[in-house]
Amino acid sequence: MIAINPAGTLRVFEHRLLEYKRVWRGTLFNSFLTPVLFLASMGIGLGGYVDASGSNVLGGVRYIEFLGPGLLAATAMQAGTFEATFPILAGFIWDRMFHAMYATPISPRDMAIGCIAWIAFRLTLITTVFTVVLVAFGAVRSPLIVLAIPVSILTGLSFSTFVAAFSATQRQMTKFNYIFRFLIQPLFLFSGTFFPIEQLPAFLQPVAWLTPIYHGVALARGLALGTAFENPAIFVVHAVVLVAFVVVGMWLVVRLFERRLVV
Amino acid sequence: MTGRGAGLGYHRRSMTDGHGTDLPLIHARGLTKRFGSFTAVDAIDFDVQKGEAFGFLGPNGAGKTSTMRMIGGVSPVTEGLLRVLGMDQKTDGPRIRARLGVIPQTDTLDNELSVRENLLIYGRYFGLRWSESGKRADELLDFVQLTERKDDIVDHLSGGMKRRLTIARGLINEPDLMLLDEPTTGLDPQARHLVWDRLYRLKQRGTTLALTTHYMDEAEQLCDRLVVMDKAKIVAEGSPRQLIAQYATREVTELRFPPGIQETLDGQLDGVADRIEWLPDRVLLYADDGEAVSVAVHDRGVRPETVLVRRSTLEDVFLRLTGRTLIE
Repeated sequence: MIAINPAGTLRVFEHRLLEYKRVWRGTLFNSFLTPVLFLASMGIGLGGYVDASGSNVLGGVRYIEFLGPGLLAATAMQAGTFEATFPILAGFIWDRMFHAMYATPISPRDMAIGCIAWIAFRLTLITTVFTVVLVAFGAVRSPLIVLAIPVSILTGLSFSTFVAAFSATQRQMTKFNYIFRFLIQPLFLFSGTFFPIEQLPAFLQPVAWLTPIYHGVALARGLALGTAFENPAIFVVHAVVLVAFVVVGMWLVVRLFERRLVV
Repeated sequence: MTGRGAGLGYHRRSMTDGHGTDLPLIHARGLTKRFGSFTAVDAIDFDVQKGEAFGFLGPNGAGKTSTMRMIGGVSPVTEGLLRVLGMDQKTDGPRIRARLGVIPQTDTLDNELSVRENLLIYGRYFGLRWSESGKRADELLDFVQLTERKDDIVDHLSGGMKRRLTIARGLINEPDLMLLDEPTTGLDPQARHLVWDRLYRLKQRGTTLALTTHYMDEAEQLCDRLVVMDKAKIVAEGSPRQLIAQYATREVTELRFPPGIQETLDGQLDGVADRIEWLPDRVLLYADDGEAVSVAVHDRGVRPETVLVRRSTLEDVFLRLTGRTLIE
């Protein structure tokens, strides 16, 4: 369904890497700063209150242990979305790099897959740094946290693919604001990252199940706490949902890159 | 191997090896491009031979860019036949693109990368090794006189420098055919001449060029042969000299009048020249001897503000063929 031309895809990836050489220090520092700030304020500050209340609502899990892995997946969602907006649109309307690439043997398919591969690489850096910070904060119980990295990358990509496909249809950047404000922001706040979705009104809970972020957060949390394999069926469902989103998203982004460029 | 120019490791096949000399590099018959109900290119025929500089001259919206994009293998042919470098455009897009050098109408350089990096990465797109791409990049920077700016970020270059870099980029794969879409539009006169100079050198080396332009001086300077396009069709074809000989007289006498006077001349200029064109701001009198015409005008008591006798250009050809000027 998604035939990949490794040579063409690699060229597109290389191009992004060449651009990244100029800015990697800054972005890596950001990837480090974000979890430190969040875990310090919400994990330790807010978490201190929650844990001190003694209600044991989280079943013996400290709040920072509940929050940390969820935040990992949610951060991947935000980064994956952002990387699929402006940098993709730029290739069509600002520096028009995709048009330049299309004058070579590179195909729109190579461009789409190469760009998603690049985002996967960025997510790998971001989530790895994040995981290191989680461990440093003592917010992790199980070595299975290592598997939360690929889970978070998949979570990020389940957004990147669809958002990049959307970007490939745009002629200006105005609608990106809607995505951040009305999609990513609510998902970030209400998909089980900061509190269990059982706290949501009953009618909203099935909505959460339909989003990849809910499955990413649940899976990452299960891995960090070491409880993921206690119920293998649920583990598999979470993983299948994430993979399904990425596969459909990949197909869509390839199609929309082709539709944009082949005219 | 002939024509290996200094500073440009540009391998060229001689006219006798490679493909047969008779086979045109571009062969179009009934070539048509439609967007929905709009016909951008309407059943045009043309051939571009190896080693020639071939032009598509016409105003904006004539179908030049659509034609160019089809030749470039990035825009599907709606109808008709298009063979590029002996391959079918409909099925061999990537293989055709591998052997083309494309200079698009708007720059598509990566503004975040340096001048040299832009060439390097573009060479990679054609499957060159990094070392080979770097070697060619250095030679090409020399060719387009940008060696001193090689480490600058592209964003900091002037418009003319960006154009020259785009030309260098289009040469990184040692193309068999260069496609240039409005190569100097938007440049100041000095920058245009620098670009023309580089293109002229390529032409001298035997590189086949296909270019679009709405500047008649560009077409006259660079093109061995051209087609005049108007409203999606080809309306004339030939060398600049042939076209001028066929559709215009040797000279033109241009008369300009103070505002309001031109409209009152009713009939006074009849028969003074072979042909008369009335433009909103001036009157063009076509005759082989322009001086004689200006004397005749004076004898009739007509007193223009300025009289200019000049040679006919492709602009006059276009005016004759379409009744309109190229740049409106």
